[in-house]
Amino acid sequence: MQDLQSLTDQALEQVEQADGLAALDQVRVDYLGKKGQLTALLKGLGKLSAEERPAAGAKINEAKQQVQEKINARRNELEQAAINAKLAEETIDVTLPGRGEEQGNAHPVTRTMRRIEELFVRLGFSVEEGPEIEDDYHNFEALNIPAHHPARAMHDTFYIDPSTVLRTHTSPVQIRTMEKAAPPIRIICPGRVYRCDSDVTHSPMFHQVEGLVVDKGVSFAHLKGCVDQFLKAFFEADVPVRFRPSYFPFTEPSAEVDIQCTACGGEGCRVCSGTGWLEVMGCGMVHPNVFASCNIDSEAYSGFAFGMGVERLAMLRYGVNDLRLFFDNDLRFLKQF
Amino acid sequence: MKFSNSWLRDWVNPQLTAQELADQITMAGLEVDGVEKVAGEFSGVVVGEILACEQHPDADKLRVCTVAGHPDGEMQVVCGAPNARAGIKIPFALVGAKLPGDFKIKKAKLRGVESFGMLCAQTELELGEDSDGIWELPEAAPTGQDLREYLQLDDETIEVDLTPNRSDCLGIAGIARDVGVLNRCAVCGPEITPVAQQIDDSLPVSLMAEEACPRYVGRVIRNIDIKATTPLWMQERLRRSGLRSIDPVVDVTNYVLLELGQPMHAFDLNKLSGGIKVRLAEKGEELTLLDGQEVKLQEGTLLITDDEKPLAMAGIMGGLDSSVTDSTRDIFLESAFFSPLAIAGKARSYGLHTDSSHRFERGVDYRLQEKAVERATQLLLDIVGGEPGPVHLRELSELMPAERHISLRRARVEQGLGVALGDDEIVDILTRLGLEKIEQNADGWTFLVPSFRFDIAIEADLLEELARVYGYNRIPSESFTAALDIVPQEESEIAQSALEQTLLARGYNEAITFSFIDSDSAALFDPKAEPVALQNPISAELAVMRTSLIPGLCKSLQYNLNRQQNRVRLFETGLRFVPNGNSVADLKQEPMVAGLVYGSRFAENWTGGKDLVDFYDIKADVEALLAHCGLEGLGAEEGFRFEAGEHPALHPGQCARIYRGEREVGVVGALHPQLQKKLDLPKAAFVFELSLEALGQARLPAFRPLSRFPEVRRDLALLIDADVPAASMVETAIEAAGETLTDLKIFDVYQGKGIDFNRKSVAMGLTFQHPSRTLNDDEINAAVDSVVGKLEQKYNASLR
Repeated sequence: MQDLQSLTDQALEQVEQADGLAALDQVRVDYLGKKGQLTALLKGLGKLSAEERPAAGAKINEAKQQVQEKINARRNELEQAAINAKLAEETIDVTLPGRGEEQGNAHPVTRTMRRIEELFVRLGFSVEEGPEIEDDYHNFEALNIPAHHPARAMHDTFYIDPSTVLRTHTSPVQIRTMEKAAPPIRIICPGRVYRCDSDVTHSPMFHQVEGLVVDKGVSFAHLKGCVDQFLKAFFEADVPVRFRPSYFPFTEPSAEVDIQCTACGGEGCRVCSGTGWLEVMGCGMVHPNVFASCNIDSEAYSGFAFGMGVERLAMLRYGVNDLRLFFDNDLRFLKQF
Repeated sequence: MKFSNSWLRDWVNPQLTAQELADQITMAGLEVDGVEKVAGEFSGVVVGEILACEQHPDADKLRVCTVAGHPDGEMQVVCGAPNARAGIKIPFALVGAKLPGDFKIKKAKLRGVESFGMLCAQTELELGEDSDGIWELPEAAPTGQDLREYLQLDDETIEVDLTPNRSDCLGIAGIARDVGVLNRCAVCGPEITPVAQQIDDSLPVSLMAEEACPRYVGRVIRNIDIKATTPLWMQERLRRSGLRSIDPVVDVTNYVLLELGQPMHAFDLNKLSGGIKVRLAEKGEELTLLDGQEVKLQEGTLLITDDEKPLAMAGIMGGLDSSVTDSTRDIFLESAFFSPLAIAGKARSYGLHTDSSHRFERGVDYRLQEKAVERATQLLLDIVGGEPGPVHLRELSELMPAERHISLRRARVEQGLGVALGDDEIVDILTRLGLEKIEQNADGWTFLVPSFRFDIAIEADLLEELARVYGYNRIPSESFTAALDIVPQEESEIAQSALEQTLLARGYNEAITFSFIDSDSAALFDPKAEPVALQNPISAELAVMRTSLIPGLCKSLQYNLNRQQNRVRLFETGLRFVPNGNSVADLKQEPMVAGLVYGSRFAENWTGGKDLVDFYDIKADVEALLAHCGLEGLGAEEGFRFEAGEHPALHPGQCARIYRGEREVGVVGALHPQLQKKLDLPKAAFVFELSLEALGQARLPAFRPLSRFPEVRRDLALLIDADVPAASMVETAIEAAGETLTDLKIFDVYQGKGIDFNRKSVAMGLTFQHPSRTLNDDEINAAVDSVVGKLEQKYNASLR
């Protein structure tokens, strides 16, 4: 049986040394195959006595099994190595950028307008739009600004003809809405507006968002609550808000709304011209004459309206320092939002 | 309106600093724009008196003065001013004084003569504009007194930016009234008592313009001394209010304007012939204004005339010929009420804006005229002397503004403001504001509005007065509660933001360009349209309303190319303004979305792909937008369709018109190469423009059962004439294939070697499936044969 031991050892060693699946299979054939050397030993059992045969057979089978197991283990090893080699070969630089289109960006004015709309739409406001070339009646008359009213000088109007203008505010949309819908009304009116004025801080075209609430029992305190909550939500800060009496022909009482300067926290700085406050919107209770021109009974209903400049809010929110950037459409600017 | 803090304090004096006062009135609706010191920072300057003045021995232009005023006695000062002479009083900066600009006065030697201090001009102290010589102070100025103390320079100019409704505050009296109300303190102005007439002279006045001027007060004053100088205190008050001293008569009328808010005018009596007529201008009349401007008067302009000629543009500006000059002896003072409607817009139509027109168009107290004349007379007599005639009032009482009575219901205060005010507080606030309670009942009160408040006409106006005096910031903030009604919302309505998101995801950045463009660009892109023009554009660059969004995007493209941005993808949404007939009323204001792509197909990347964008790239973007409508697929009746088309701005061979059903809804294509060259674009640019309205409605999804049976695909390669549109082939194929065709894709198009030059090879994949059984080969072959046959018949196609 000396032969068996050395043959087994030899087989095991060759298994160990097989460096590929083909070589390993060759070892299997050489030892365990039909004509394999270990198989041949089994065939030699016939020469032994009947008493010796079972023990010798068992030993040979044991050796065969040992070799087979070793082959299996080696095969697993080699297969795993092959997989590993393939994986290694397929490895790429995952830090390189991906292929395909880059994401574009919404204009900061649109982004700001949508944000404002969303805050109000969640309260049940609907978004209304209207024409930008507007008649004198809807832009002025119906808003309690008759011809020659000094307040017209506040507007620097672009004229198409004596009775047609580029709307100077989005307020005509309020009129158009009240003309066709009965209270309760809760609307928000975003859009482009135009003033004949152009310098570092004025653009001949800019954007406003106005809001209007008409219902029973609406008071100035409700206006304050609405505006105050909006500004805190918009700036995501418990920013102090103050209301200053002002004048708009279409509201009475009227107010300008200031927030504490977001740049200096009220200390006074260049952004707020040292006052500690920033004017951000105008508002007021709808003037009874405006209701009258829309056939709404001001004894039964009251309402408030507010309006804000979108570029102004975007500048404060994102720290943009030059109004003109909004309309240059410089990609280096647009891609920042 | 600018005013001096100390002047206001003569009227009303709450315990507040200038800044506190400014903050307080700002919060009450009189917005303060600025608080500024009335003089530059200086110290060590006293009232000096030149006792002697001699020529400098070595300098022609210098004089050596002996000056009194220093506490240690007389000082020698070398001075270069031409008006330096013995006997005058001047600002004297002592050695050690600090002048504005941190300029220190030291002992000096000028051309060998010692000088102890400096004699100052107005400009050197930042106290006026006169720099011609040293400032001659009044004789009565006490020598040695600190100049700041003498001139009361520790004062501030407060500038309020008044809203157009608050004309009552265009005078110290009005501001004092509001300050008094806010601080609950007494307001008392100077005592104004009638000045007795010394002569009987007066001018007849005819009010011929009815409502435009229902009230006119005049007074003759004879024998004035126009050479007298305006007292320094008055000059200073005028200066601190932003007005220059001109002559004593003008100064006094300006002073009364600032003090009481009544614009006045003084005529040289001897240049008037006959009486005063207030009337509207007639055709062809002319007038030379005080500022020398000759104007052709518009018909209907309110004038002050005499029997012969126009004298003044009423309420706006006086005329040159009848004005007070340095030889005037007798004057006629005018203090009138011109109705706001008569003045409003008039000054602007002449390109004028004066202190007077500013007040009249907003409303001047229509009971103030006599008081203003008495005040002016009083001041004039003090300064220029003279003999006053009687105060002559003409009034058309039936044409005067009606007295306004306004009822205030107690309940409305709380309903409107959201806070309840006590009865006493309500009446107290309104009374202090000058309203008069004339009636009271269980529900509330009735008030008489004072003649100086043109802005108070209805109950809501009273609420505003109460609110602003009570304090806007003391009114609580409350949440408004409303019914939680669900608002109907159409599912088929496509939100514009969804379309925008699609473009953003496809690499577009959003642009916002001006709605007005230059007319040349407009013509370049849309030569047939006559765009709506602005009557008063800012510039030629922004003169006409766009008829397309594409020119604006092209301009933005140029802007970015000039800044080394070589791959540009932009879109914009907004209105275009398409004329439709001659009338503005017929103009179409259409919401559009437009896009532009330029440069490489993909952003620069290590994966390569430096190909330039082409028509099919931008078409895919358009198709992605159209896909929101859910109309793609087979057999949609209202589906979108692309047809080869033409557009003046686009390449004739690369331009598609887009239809939804029969309606044209947009265009997509390459910019015309000529236009590309004109715009100086090195590469081709591709653009699209679509009506947002056409994209607004989607088809609601409708489920179709899925077949459980296998689908079968057959590919065909067909040779067909090169000019047959793919869309026509597809349409024919679908029709011929029958109902079991579920998909058809063109997967290859080839033209070139191996094929007739006027033919092309089109490969299409047909997918067949039956909803309820497996299709057999015969059925499929029949369908394919039908497709091939139909294409052969219709377009001379053949299997390759």
